[in-house]
Amino acid sequence: MAGKDTTKSPIHIPSTPFRPGDISAFEQWTAKPTDLSMPAIDCSAEETAEHAAGMIRVLSDDNIASGDWNRNISAENLRLGLEHMVRLRIFDDRMMKMQRTGKLSFYMRSLGEEAVAIAQTMALEKQDWVFPSYRQPGAQFVRGRDMVSMICHCIGNVEDNVKGRQMPVHYTWKEGRFISISSPVGTQFSQAVGVGLASQYKGLDEVTISWIGEGSSSQGDYHYALNFAGVFKAPVILNTVNNQWAISSHVNVATAGKNFAIRGIPYDLPSFRVDGNDFLALYSVTKWARERAAAGLGATHIEVLTYRAGAHSSSDDPSRYRPQNEAQCWPGGDPIERLKSHLIEIGEWSDEQQNSLEEKIDSEVMSAYKEAVKFGDLANGPYPSSDHIFTEVYETVPWHLEEQRKEMKRWRDA
Amino acid sequence: MLERDNDTVVFGQDIGYFGGVFRTCDGLQEKHGKHRVFDSPLAEGGIAAMAFGMGINGLRPVFEIQFADYIFPAYDQIVNEIAKVRHRSGGEFTCPVTIRTPAGGGIKGGHHHSQSPEAQFTHTPGLKVVYCSTPYNAKGLLISAIESNDPVVFFEPKRCYRGPFYGDPHNVPTWKDHPEAEVPESYYKIPLEQARIAMRGDACTVIAWGAMVHVAEQAIRDSGVNCELIDLQTLVPWDRETVTESIKKTGRCVIVHEAPKTSGFGAEMVASIQERCFYHLECPIERVTGWDTPFPHTMEWDYMPSPARIAEAIHKTQEA
Repeated sequence: MAGKDTTKSPIHIPSTPFRPGDISAFEQWTAKPTDLSMPAIDCSAEETAEHAAGMIRVLSDDNIASGDWNRNISAENLRLGLEHMVRLRIFDDRMMKMQRTGKLSFYMRSLGEEAVAIAQTMALEKQDWVFPSYRQPGAQFVRGRDMVSMICHCIGNVEDNVKGRQMPVHYTWKEGRFISISSPVGTQFSQAVGVGLASQYKGLDEVTISWIGEGSSSQGDYHYALNFAGVFKAPVILNTVNNQWAISSHVNVATAGKNFAIRGIPYDLPSFRVDGNDFLALYSVTKWARERAAAGLGATHIEVLTYRAGAHSSSDDPSRYRPQNEAQCWPGGDPIERLKSHLIEIGEWSDEQQNSLEEKIDSEVMSAYKEAVKFGDLANGPYPSSDHIFTEVYETVPWHLEEQRKEMKRWRDA
Repeated sequence: MLERDNDTVVFGQDIGYFGGVFRTCDGLQEKHGKHRVFDSPLAEGGIAAMAFGMGINGLRPVFEIQFADYIFPAYDQIVNEIAKVRHRSGGEFTCPVTIRTPAGGGIKGGHHHSQSPEAQFTHTPGLKVVYCSTPYNAKGLLISAIESNDPVVFFEPKRCYRGPFYGDPHNVPTWKDHPEAEVPESYYKIPLEQARIAMRGDACTVIAWGAMVHVAEQAIRDSGVNCELIDLQTLVPWDRETVTESIKKTGRCVIVHEAPKTSGFGAEMVASIQERCFYHLECPIERVTGWDTPFPHTMEWDYMPSPARIAEAIHKTQEA
């Protein structure tokens, strides 16, 4: 079996441009807010070819809004969007600190991607369904979820609404139409088509939005979603969040192409590539997709171009596989900084207001944290009753689970 | 194996440059080259299918599924394709694939990072199923698995990557000084189909695999009963002789696994043991297993078989 020459690489292995020790140099963006017009919502998929190949932006590099996609969102709404993004970032920081002290087992931040779920959920109606992956918890802030309840889930205490069954960040919140998150990646994307079709079947004005990572777009579920959404003209908004990294795997491992957006066109879905750190552009494109879906014209595919500025999760250490400064080199900048600068530019915000907003949210998060830990945390308990292991496996508890529950209880109470 | 066999290739998610999320492939790419050890797109079904193709065309692929819980997008490829191609092609094509996957609980991973789905593969004709438990048998069994011309699903108890797990989450020692932690640099094999007698005794036979081997060891010590502990190592085909001989000696048996009880591999063993050892048994065979529920997050210690539960089962066999 031995004896062959192993020095040459006979097969093509995708390269990763920058590794630790390198200086990342992304290709600078030339796309301008005025480049791409806004098509009519009943356009054909082919009419979006340029939008898929290019990049929709509303904010320029100087954070001035212009172009066809600029919807002149009210300053009040922009400030609200900024507030939600700041809230998510501060919340994430607090949760990460709690994770390091053992108060929760695991955490995933949205750092650098805060605009994605927040701008897009703000562009929807309250009755629309949000079917997230693990990096869109921000949608819950938009829908007004109580932060204490979110923390109680993460720290797995007695007030965890999923009863200690799921890992942190795997939120469920039916009241906010925020569908339960599953760890196997990509499953939500194709399921979202079913959620949308059920709304349509019932004659309801509801649209479903879902996200998948560029890494997970290799899964069959991604292609099922685009195909089924195209075939059934489902009222869904399908977003591929291209944040450059799937744990340690660079986007080059996810695709040999340079673009995810254009994949939607052969499935007959209008497709857009959007600057994912541009709050205004994300909002605008999502609004377009919502209008199209609500008009019964079918689904839209969106590539959200962004950068995962943090680690994949609290278990990950990106300094082992990518340059540490890479987030600073990202041509799309930081979503919070950009929206803040825009608001300051138009005279609707100031550094002082930003500081007091951050202080306000800091104490909001701190008091939510203090309130949540009153109900226990992972390090110290109390935990949800282990009777919950046996309930809601089925609608009613069958005999064998009842027997096992009693057996468990005997040991627990011993 | 990469050194001995140029046709062996290793791939999976994050195993190339990074060396895997559990570091099991650390340094392999640097040592053996990017075309031998590489990252794949994030698609378990695609990974398994590519391995199938490479396998039937003369390579010896070893692929990693990052968590056993994520193996199911590959289930069709493994169960209907990889497992069946030798038979369906009249022996013309074979697929010598090794599927490595971290399994089992104990890391606060909730139901999608903790499952132990061995029975979903032992029920598939054409697959060999291995569950290692120590650094020493991990290497010896893995070499046998890779060299096997049959496809092998190779489970690694993730709770044991850092040390043996004796059932106490607050006190997990490292592998340092453990007799099974000495791993020779050189090539050695542990044959598939061979169980390991981890402790010798004559009062009761305790059978376990994966992390449960160590938990059972603790339980036996706690019980004070002179048990024989069998680390099954290979589940399909399992070492019927070693098990039968032991039970003929002890007349008593406790089977331990983390996976749910219903249709767990323990059920298969109980059935086989009674076929061969019925008249040697002094009492019913006991099973100590995970519950028939999804694996929980915060309450995982109320789910996993504990030394106390196993010890009680051992004592029960002594009453007869």
